[in-house]
Amino acid sequence: MQNLTLLDGQKFQITIQRLCHQLIENHDLFDNSVIIGIQPRGIFLAKRIIDELQKKLPKATIINGNLDITFFRDDFRRKDGLVPSPTEIDFFIEGKKVILVDDVLWTGRTIRAAMDALLAFGRPAKVELLTLVDRRYSRHLPIEADYIGIKVDTIDSQKVVVSWKETDKEDKVILLSEK
Amino acid sequence: MTDKAQTLSTKHLLGIKDLTLGDIELIFETADTFKDVLNRPIKKVPSLRDVTIANIFFENSTRTRLSFELAQKRLSADTINFAASSSSVSKGETLIDTVNNILSMKVDMVVMRHPYAGAGVFLSKHVNAQIVNAGDGAHEHPTQALLDAFSIREKFGEVGGKKIAIIGDVLHSRVALSNILCLKKLGAEVMVCGPSTLIPKYIQTLGVKVEHDLLKALNWCDVANMLRIQLERQDIKYFPSLREYSMMYGLNKKILNSLDKEIIVMHPGPINRGVEITSDVADSKQSIILDQVENGVAVRMAVLYLLASQRN
Repeated sequence: MQNLTLLDGQKFQITIQRLCHQLIENHDLFDNSVIIGIQPRGIFLAKRIIDELQKKLPKATIINGNLDITFFRDDFRRKDGLVPSPTEIDFFIEGKKVILVDDVLWTGRTIRAAMDALLAFGRPAKVELLTLVDRRYSRHLPIEADYIGIKVDTIDSQKVVVSWKETDKEDKVILLSEK
Repeated sequence: MTDKAQTLSTKHLLGIKDLTLGDIELIFETADTFKDVLNRPIKKVPSLRDVTIANIFFENSTRTRLSFELAQKRLSADTINFAASSSSVSKGETLIDTVNNILSMKVDMVVMRHPYAGAGVFLSKHVNAQIVNAGDGAHEHPTQALLDAFSIREKFGEVGGKKIAIIGDVLHSRVALSNILCLKKLGAEVMVCGPSTLIPKYIQTLGVKVEHDLLKALNWCDVANMLRIQLERQDIKYFPSLREYSMMYGLNKKILNSLDKEIIVMHPGPINRGVEITSDVADSKQSIILDQVENGVAVRMAVLYLLASQRN
């Protein structure tokens, strides 16, 4: 295994800040917008983004939740059992602008499932996608992100891992390659 | 991606006996998320949309059959229902023939209730489908035990260390055996209570206490699981009269109030009001009988989901 660090240290923080500013540009005070992190790994990015936004907008209340997509995946029975994580959405998304947050955008299948899962909670006015890492040119579905931290070129056998200060001691994006 | 991939250790759900502690915990964790799904405005997920399930009931059932059917529909599975009383079984068709005929219509999973112990195990050896035991004679009723333990866990936060008394017709009860096995695996203390004729010999070998005095059992336990007197399975007289049974082992408000603590009252249904439990107890705050029914759907969804996820 070979590790290549794609993003860490100050650059990582600057990227998060930029994503926050891009969100504020489009959503003002988040009066009609909600942020939803995709389980299991997207919730860490969502939490970080929300904490940073809250610092920049002390008066705003940013409604947020977590969405589990396990039951909506298209690889059920094609892959070993997947254990679901909790979904926490205790607000209406009807007519709201929803910002879906996930750490890595790769094939787009997770986001397809997330959009499907989201329908159970109402009809949002708009759905946007924020991702920290875009593994470009590897989509299986016509899905693209609205807000992107970094774009990377990868091959299928490689893995992109995002680690977080809160759970893994360090904010870092690494690319794992088999060698 | 760091998905948690976990599977059950068995391909069929024939009895609690075959499940490991890990399996039971996995079922509970999955049921938690399904319970959440059931409280949404749209109570349905598409996971099992390419799975067909046959519900084959050779014995009467209300709750279990409806609960399984609803669980299957909430998971988007296709279902067919079969009741022995209105089928060719009465014309002399064997169990294997009946099921193989159903399977030739491309069915992936069979949920079966049968009056004979071991029917599920027998079927799992002879047909090519996943079998879920929905009750086999006086042997096991695994999904009932899982939902009972799940309800206790919901009420107390955990099952381990809790004291559960199973009271009534233990001899003829598949719920009792599955409950004992399930609760013991989860680390609970279990006591059975009833007239000596309705307590099977050697039941102590399962690691349970035996008590013949209702009041002592109630004073000992945190949870009382009241069982129905299964008159349809009793070929001889096990006690003088229902009235006498009810006076000795029936749970009423007076006894419940005389205890120095509040215990939880459970019943797997169907209730014979006035025999093993009086109406004021069954409908009281201490009773979680309807919670059990509600949890039944979530637990069965978890079982079907986890079993189905093993097929390729």
